Amino acid sequence: MLRKTFAQELQQLKDAIVELGEIVQKMIMQSVTALRNRDIQSSKEILELDKEVNKRRYEIENQVLVLIATQQPMAYDLRLLASILEIAGELERMGDYAKGIAHINIRMGDTPLVKPLIDIPRMAEKSCDMLSRALQAFLHEDEQAAKAIPREDDEVDALYLQVYRELMTFLIQDPTTIERANWLLWAAHNLERVADRVTNICERTIYVVNGVLREIDSSDDEFRAL
Amino acid sequence: MTAITSSLRDITFEQQLAQRQRRGKILEIAALIAILLGIAMLLTLLVDVVIDGLPWLRPQLFTEFPSRFPEKSGLRSAIQGSIWLMVFTSIMVIPIGVGAGIYLEEFAPRNRLTEFIEINIANLAGVPSIIYGLLGLGLFVRGLGLGRSLIAGALTMTLLVLPIIIVTTREAIRAVPRSIRLAALALGASQWETARDHVLVYSMPAILTGVILAMSRAIGETAPLITIGALTYIAFDLRGPLDIFTVLPIQIFNWVSLPQKGFHDLAAAGIIVLLVLLLSMNALAIWLRNRLFIRW
Amino acid sequence: MNENSEYILETRNLNLYYGNFLAVADVNIKIRRHQITAIIGPSGCGKSTLLRAFNRMNELVPTARTEGEILFNNENIYDPSIDPVEVRRRIGMVFQKPNPFPKSIYENIAWGLRINGFRGSKSELDDLVEKALRDAALWDEVKDKLDQSGLSLSGGQQQRLCIARTIAVRPEVILMDEPASALDPIATLRIEELMQELKKNYTIIIVTHNMQQAARVSDYTAMMMLRNHEDRSGTVIEFDRTEVIFTNPRDKRTQDYVTGRFG
Repeated sequence: MLRKTFAQELQQLKDAIVELGEIVQKMIMQSVTALRNRDIQSSKEILELDKEVNKRRYEIENQVLVLIATQQPMAYDLRLLASILEIAGELERMGDYAKGIAHINIRMGDTPLVKPLIDIPRMAEKSCDMLSRALQAFLHEDEQAAKAIPREDDEVDALYLQVYRELMTFLIQDPTTIERANWLLWAAHNLERVADRVTNICERTIYVVNGVLREIDSSDDEFRAL
Repeated sequence: MTAITSSLRDITFEQQLAQRQRRGKILEIAALIAILLGIAMLLTLLVDVVIDGLPWLRPQLFTEFPSRFPEKSGLRSAIQGSIWLMVFTSIMVIPIGVGAGIYLEEFAPRNRLTEFIEINIANLAGVPSIIYGLLGLGLFVRGLGLGRSLIAGALTMTLLVLPIIIVTTREAIRAVPRSIRLAALALGASQWETARDHVLVYSMPAILTGVILAMSRAIGETAPLITIGALTYIAFDLRGPLDIFTVLPIQIFNWVSLPQKGFHDLAAAGIIVLLVLLLSMNALAIWLRNRLFIRW
Repeated sequence: MNENSEYILETRNLNLYYGNFLAVADVNIKIRRHQITAIIGPSGCGKSTLLRAFNRMNELVPTARTEGEILFNNENIYDPSIDPVEVRRRIGMVFQKPNPFPKSIYENIAWGLRINGFRGSKSELDDLVEKALRDAALWDEVKDKLDQSGLSLSGGQQQRLCIARTIAVRPEVILMDEPASALDPIATLRIEELMQELKKNYTIIIVTHNMQQAARVSDYTAMMMLRNHEDRSGTVIEFDRTEVIFTNPRDKRTQDYVTGRFG
């Protein structure tokens, strides 16, 4: 095969994306665990991880631009590099959602949770599972999986709806919980957005494989669940 | 990979550079001796001819007709004959030869007949000149009844140099890059327009050079003209193409065959004239080549 | 004849032979008017042969033979009643190596006009020469030395002179056979820029080895490749908008070629 070096560089970039995704998954899971356990220290670690994610994202972006400039990629290669650029951005945003949850935990300080967390950890697990499989689909260019995963977004939306309704009942019963309930709602909303962004990763994977760039019809709109 | 690199490293080279250089040097010296021999022979000839002939290079040599007395003899009729022979030969051979060359190179279909013609032209260029003399004798002198005339001689010379002109024309035309022909044709030119305005124009210096060299061969030819009967003692000016004639080499040959020493020296003077003529024609050809040739 | 239809050239079941060797097989493509169409593909797949079929330059190779049709404004240029000389005036050609005539810059352009029957005055001829040189973006560089030999120009200038010479006789189509492969990168970009100007008035078909060049300059791209390794006949395996060929080609072989994984 011609262009062995270039092919290797592309593979390294794909691997770098998966690694970045793993850090982001860890951040998401840790942010929710820290919130449930009211572990401020753990949340502070996430802020550090976010810096790492940002750094890696710019490294990937830079490498992609260098390859575009020096290798004149065409067709599949070009689609892959464009997608890597996009996916790196998506992962960084997901990292920001985890950071948002960490901030919530830190700002809550000593305030107790309005209720024990049940559905929010489930949302985190589901989103991370989707993300993990989406990254595997991207790595192996599995078009079938990339088309199937976004459908699972409905489950996350359903959990979000459940959390929303539950928190509403708390608010109605005791309006003084408004701030604490709002914090949790915010955390749930961030997790719902993570799942939406997984859909974007899947879109890019499909684009890499067959060159069709089209929005997958899933509930990108967080209000549809309501 | 490693196996290959290590085995490469194991090879040792016996350079023997000194021996190789020496061998080259020996060949170089051998070649130098060869060229020196040639030059030496030419110089001997020239010196010998110049010593004998120089005193005879005087105006009478050009103004007098041949005579029984060396002191009164000159090359007047021979020079006239040579010049006119060249003129008539050129008039006939240039259009025919160049035309044939252009046809063969630019227009002739590539088939067996063309190939046959091409091979034969190449062969004709190598035929001994005496054969042309015999042909001229049979065809022009007797067949067409032209007698021992200048025109019969010119026609014979035409036959002799025609293959040379055709071959040099073809070579000159072939030197014009194909890309130029394509450029012209791609503009919507016909083949004839392409040949006329480009191929012929750009190859003209080379064709001219070839023509001059062919003519310098013609001017030195003796055998075919003797064959057609031009060996004549002529003591009057040429009156026309149907007149009998002589040329420089024949006059020289004539003088050499006479017993008197004076005529031998006169012949040497004639040789000097002929040589100067030949060398200046060659010089003209070289000048043309250097000045007008297109560097693609 | 519809001079305004979308397509200016169309090949129908085109087979091009050299002797018994089928060099280009079964090509059916339509060339759009006022667009630049690139022909790309590996060496020896018949790109130049196909290009030369469009103005019947192939016939200059004695053994060349053509089957099928090429419609130029809906008229078959291989019809026995058509004179190739007329075809070549209307479908001009620019070659790989700049090949100006060893005449003056002025004569390089004027000659084509004259042989095609231009009978105007000297000043009209001057104007046409100037126009052609301006259109080829060469006028400013040569206007003070029109009587100098075309061979005295630089390679890039020579090639633009060749383009000027071609457009002077007002063809409808310009065929370009790797027009920049003998030029340095700056001269190449100049030719490419010029092509974008020329496409307003002419249809351009360009053969190029340089895929980036095809991607940069062309609107449509024809991908040629050997059909198989037995008969070694080239054919057009994919013909589409250039952006499709270079971002999402349908054919796996095109994909491998444009990404450099061919062979």
